[in-house]
Amino acid sequence: MTSLAWLIPAALFLGGLGLAGFIWALKSGQFEDLEGAAYRALEDDPPEDADKK
Amino acid sequence: MAQPGTLELESSAAAPLAPTLGGTAGPRSAGQTITLAVENMTCGGCMRKVEKALLEVPGVASARANLSARRATVVFEEALPGAAPLVDALGRIGFKAAELAPDALDSGQHAGRQLLSRLAVAGFAAANIMLLSVSVWSGSSNADDPVHALFHWLSAVIALPTIAYAGQPFFSSAWQALKRRRLNMDVPISLAILLSATMSLYQTIKGTDQVYFDASVTLLFFLLIGRYLDQRVRVRARGAAENLLGLKAQWAHVIASDGSVERLPSRLVEPGMRIAVAAGERIPADGVIVQGSTAIDESLITGETAPRDIAANDLVYAGSVNLGGPVEMEARAAEADTLLAQIARLMETAEQARGRYVRLADRAARFYAPMVHTLAAASFIGWMMAGAGWEASLTIAIAVLIITCPCALALAVPAVQVAASARLFDRGILLKAADGLERLAETDVAVFDKTGTLTAGIPSLANGAAIDSEALSAAAVLAAASRHPYAQAVAQAASARFGSIPSASGVDEVSGFGLRRVTATGEERLGSAAWCGIDATRAASASLWFVRPGKEPVAFHFEDKLRDDAAETVDTLRRAHFGVSLCSGDRRDAVAAAAKAVHIEEWQAGMKPHEKIERLEALKAQGRRVLMIGDGLNDAPALAAAHASVSPSTAADISQTASDAVFQGAKLMPVVELLATARRTRKMSFQNFAVAFGYNLVFVPLAMAGFVTPLVAAIAMSTSSILVTLNAIRLRTAKLELTA
Repeated sequence: MTSLAWLIPAALFLGGLGLAGFIWALKSGQFEDLEGAAYRALEDDPPEDADKK
Repeated sequence: MAQPGTLELESSAAAPLAPTLGGTAGPRSAGQTITLAVENMTCGGCMRKVEKALLEVPGVASARANLSARRATVVFEEALPGAAPLVDALGRIGFKAAELAPDALDSGQHAGRQLLSRLAVAGFAAANIMLLSVSVWSGSSNADDPVHALFHWLSAVIALPTIAYAGQPFFSSAWQALKRRRLNMDVPISLAILLSATMSLYQTIKGTDQVYFDASVTLLFFLLIGRYLDQRVRVRARGAAENLLGLKAQWAHVIASDGSVERLPSRLVEPGMRIAVAAGERIPADGVIVQGSTAIDESLITGETAPRDIAANDLVYAGSVNLGGPVEMEARAAEADTLLAQIARLMETAEQARGRYVRLADRAARFYAPMVHTLAAASFIGWMMAGAGWEASLTIAIAVLIITCPCALALAVPAVQVAASARLFDRGILLKAADGLERLAETDVAVFDKTGTLTAGIPSLANGAAIDSEALSAAAVLAAASRHPYAQAVAQAASARFGSIPSASGVDEVSGFGLRRVTATGEERLGSAAWCGIDATRAASASLWFVRPGKEPVAFHFEDKLRDDAAETVDTLRRAHFGVSLCSGDRRDAVAAAAKAVHIEEWQAGMKPHEKIERLEALKAQGRRVLMIGDGLNDAPALAAAHASVSPSTAADISQTASDAVFQGAKLMPVVELLATARRTRKMSFQNFAVAFGYNLVFVPLAMAGFVTPLVAAIAMSTSSILVTLNAIRLRTAKLELTA
C-alpha cells in the first residue's frame, strides 16, 4: 500500500509533464500549420537563420 | 451549438462602404508584420519558394509560410513602403498574393488555441480520474476502505480546478442565455456539471461511494471535442473566404499632389485621394470622376449589362470595370443619398431580422431543459414521499440530472455540422454562418440573380460563329496584347477555336481607343468604332471593330454568357420541388432571354435593391422560405434579408460577407450540392437526436429508480456520445442527391 504514496504522485507528475509539454507546443504555435510542418520535415537544406523564431 | 451569437455578426455592411478603414497608407515602421494571402501555394516546394522569394525582398527580417492557411507572414527589419514589393516578388515566381487587412486576421485563431488548451486539460483530467475510478470500481466493494476515500479526494483535487477552467465556455454561454431569459443547450450542461461536482465533493467529504467526478469530467471532455472541431472547421472556412476577398482586392494608382503615382491596396484608399484608372481596370473605390470620360460596366453593382457612359462629376462605384479610356477619379466617402448608402440602410434592417433565428439545438433545449429539471425534481419529491430521507433522494435526483445531461444531445448537431462543413470545404464551398446549414435546409424557393450568378459575369464573344477563322485569328493577335475585357473575350474565343494564338510584336495599345499593328499590307486596327474609322451609321451596331487594309470591317458583339450548368441546376432544383425565380436589375429583354434559356418561368427585370427585398417579403408572406443566390452589390440587401443566401466567389465584397456560403469555380451546381448537404445534415441531426432520446428513454427510468451507479453513468454517457459522432462521420463521404 505504501507504494501508492509515491506511485500516484509520480504518475500524475509524468502526466502533468505531458500536458505542460502540449500546452507549451500550442502556445509556441506548433499547431498553426500542420500541413506545412509535414513538408518542412522533408526539406534537406535547413531554412535560413532568419526563418527561425 | 449555442455560441453567444456574436461570432457571425461581423460588421458586414460597414467595411467596404467606407474606404476610410484603418491602416496606415504611409511607409511602415520597423518590426512590422504583414500577412499575405497566397493563392496557389499548395505543396511543400511552393512553401519554400515563397519564403525564399519573400526573404530576398530588401528589408524583410523573416518570412514564414503557412501551408494550411495559404498565408505567409512577413516581419520587416526596417521601414518599407507597403506590401507592393512583396506581392511583386511573389508575382514574379508565379504566385498570386495579396495583403490581408489586419482586422481580418486572428479572428478565430486565439479562441481556437484557448479551446484546445482547455480540451487538453480536460483530457488529462478525464484520463487520470478514470484510472482512479476504475481502481475503485474493480477493488473492494467496502466504501469505508481508506483507499476509496484517498482516491476520491485525489479525483476531487484533479476535477475541481479542471471544471473551473475547462468548463468556462459552457458556463459563460449558459449565463449569457439566462441573462437574456432564454434557455440554450449550455444551461442543462452547465447545471449537470456543476451539480455533479458539488454533490461528488459532498459525498467525498462524507465518505460514500456516490462520486461522479469521472462522469462530469469525461462529459466535459467530449463536449469540448465537439466544440473545438466545430470552431476549427468554421475558422478554416472563414479564413479561406477572407483569402478570397483579399486576393480579389484591387490596387489603386494613387496620384500624389506632386504628380507621382503610388500603388496602394484599394482598402487603404482614403476619401480625397486622386486615383488613375486605366482602361480595362476595375474602379478601386467609390468616388467621382474628375477628369476624362469613359464607358463603365456596372454589372457587379446594378446587374445592368449594358455599359454606361460617364464623364466628369459622375459618381462611380468600386467594382465597376472601366471599358473606355483612362480616367482620373477622386475617392469619396459614402454619402447619404447614394446607392451605397441606401444599400447599407437596407442591409441593416435586413440583418436584424435574421438575428432572431433560433438554432435547432437550442430549440431542442427549450423543451428538453424544463423536462429534465422537472424529472429530477419529481424523483426527489417521489423518493422523499417514499421515505428515503432527503440525502438519498437528492443523490438520486442529481443522478437523474447527470444521466439526462445532454452529452449525446449536445453533440448531435455539432458533430454532423462539422462533417458537413468539411465535406463542403473539400468541394470548394465555404460555409460561413454557423447556423447557415440549418437555414439552408429549410428553404423551398430559390431566387436567382442573373448577371454574375446565372451568367459568368464576364463578356464573351456572341457572334463568334459568324466571323471567319482567318479574321478571328488576325484580330486575336492584336487582342492578346490587351487586358481590356472585350479584347480578352476575343483572344479567348480564338484560343478556343485554334488552340493557341500566334504572338506578334509591334502591337501598340492606345488607351481608351484600341490596338494597332503595322503589317506588310498596311495597318490593322482593333478597337472602338471611332478608332477604326467606322462611319456613324454603323458605329452603334457593335462594341468592337476590326479593320484591315482591303477587307470588310469585322464587327464583334459581346454577351454575358450563361454558366454551362445553369439550366441543369435550375432543372435539378425544380425536380426537388423548389420554386425557382429570377430577379434581376438588368434590362427586360436580356432577363427574358436568360430566363428562357435556363427554363425559369417566373422572372422580373429592372429590379432595384429595395424591390428585390419586397419580392422576398412577398414570398415570405406566402409562407415560403427563400434561398437567395446573387453576387452584385444590388443583391446584398436581398442576400441579407433572405432566409438563407449563397454567392459566388466573384461576388462584390459586401454580398460575399452577407452570404451564408460562398462557392468557387465556374459552375453553378455547388448550389445543389450545398442544399443536398444541408438537408442531409438536418436529417442526420434528427437521427442523432433520436439516438440521444432513445438512450434517455432507457436510462432515465433506471436513474429515477436509483439503479444508476457512477460506473453505469460513465459507460452509458460515453457510448451514446461515440454513437452520434460515428453516425455524423458517415456524411463526409455519403453520396447525396437533392430530392423533394
